[in-house]
Amino acid sequence: MELVEKILNGDIASAARLITMIENNREDAARIIKKIFYHTGNAYIIGVTGSPGVGKSSLVSDMINVFRKRGDTVGVIAVDSSSPFSGGALLGDRIRMQDHEVDPEGVFMRSMATRGNLGGLSSATRDVCYVMDAMGRDVIIIETVGVGQVELDIVNMAYTSIVVIAPGMGDSIQAIKAGIMEIGDIFVINKADHEGVDAALSDMEYMLHIGADKKEWHPEIFKTVATENKGIVELVEGIDKHRKYLEDNGLKSKKFYSMEQLIDLIKKRIEKRILDNKLGKDNIKKHINSILKKEIDPYTVADMILDDAGL
Amino acid sequence: MTVDNKIRVLVSKIGLDGHDKGAMLIASILRDAGMEVIYTGLRRTPTQCVNTALQEDVDVIGLSILSGSHLTLVLKVIELMKAKGVDDKKLIVGGVIPDEDIPKLKDMGVDAVFTQSSTYLEMIDYIKKATGKEDAST
Repeated sequence: MELVEKILNGDIASAARLITMIENNREDAARIIKKIFYHTGNAYIIGVTGSPGVGKSSLVSDMINVFRKRGDTVGVIAVDSSSPFSGGALLGDRIRMQDHEVDPEGVFMRSMATRGNLGGLSSATRDVCYVMDAMGRDVIIIETVGVGQVELDIVNMAYTSIVVIAPGMGDSIQAIKAGIMEIGDIFVINKADHEGVDAALSDMEYMLHIGADKKEWHPEIFKTVATENKGIVELVEGIDKHRKYLEDNGLKSKKFYSMEQLIDLIKKRIEKRILDNKLGKDNIKKHINSILKKEIDPYTVADMILDDAGL
Repeated sequence: MTVDNKIRVLVSKIGLDGHDKGAMLIASILRDAGMEVIYTGLRRTPTQCVNTALQEDVDVIGLSILSGSHLTLVLKVIELMKAKGVDDKKLIVGGVIPDEDIPKLKDMGVDAVFTQSSTYLEMIDYIKKATGKEDAST
């Protein structure tokens, strides 16, 4: 268990290797996470989400600067989509974050591909948070793939979810209205030097006003220009304010582990146990052949497999 | 949910060289071959490149150099790879590399050199074999 100790001491190479094991869905990664879990819960997890091209990576890079100036160490998980056809991915979030590559002790960044997972995050993201947390990172920033209306996983993982939009992207609110207006603890209108910022602001204020009386926390809206570093200090102060709200009301610990997370993990473990360990690819192919020949229906096959597994 | 050993490749442009069409094309080709490609962007230092390779735990570091300073830059990268303990990763170099420099690069520790006359398939094939993860696309 040398690897566990190295990770608790903050060793980057060991953490990087463990993250690969997690991504590759290896069972030895689960064994290590079982051990490091007891050393987690100290990092503050922030999620950044929004449509493609609104400037999430630039904004994250600026936020890192503010955290570094106050002496916080940072972990960054930048998620991009995998190609559904080749399974490959082009991960380019580092292009906007080059300043931090010369500060490896202060900023540990990992690019991850979704590998077929919907929801805007890779299924390994939660485990990677544990690794960065156990390494002693003070702040973890998760940047999701550009979201549409269904990719809202981030809300189950981050303490503070930030939704980023940019003005002039058509009807900017229309594009993000369902679901995503509800998950933001903080909203950012980036590219605030562009035309249409006032319209975007009033649209957003209107959307947030609807149903606002049902909520305890009233999300703040920040205007930023990430390429010029404008409005970032205020944004980070806004994150601090939300953090204080969660802590004062005992909500932070509740968010650290939710029912959704456990259900998600149970599904993953069932999949692993039944599909990998018991059934295997060849058997699955045999069942599919029987279904195609209409010898049997898919529900009966699925129930049969679960019965065999004693479920 | 089965064990999924994806090949991870870093594509980096180091030194004063402002052209990355080639590097971007290579990145897209490797993605289409089923690999996860981390692209760093232009004008990185060898230190940035090696720090990135360490954090991203890539299997392969691919450098695209068109500036003519490949011998100096690659030597620096190899020194840093050894210092940071990541010299187990495969190092491949592409771009404008004169024939007489290819053996020099290989002597330094470069695993493979691909020039304008190389084909995509040669490169993909090499990476799959060298990393021992041949069925990256399945």
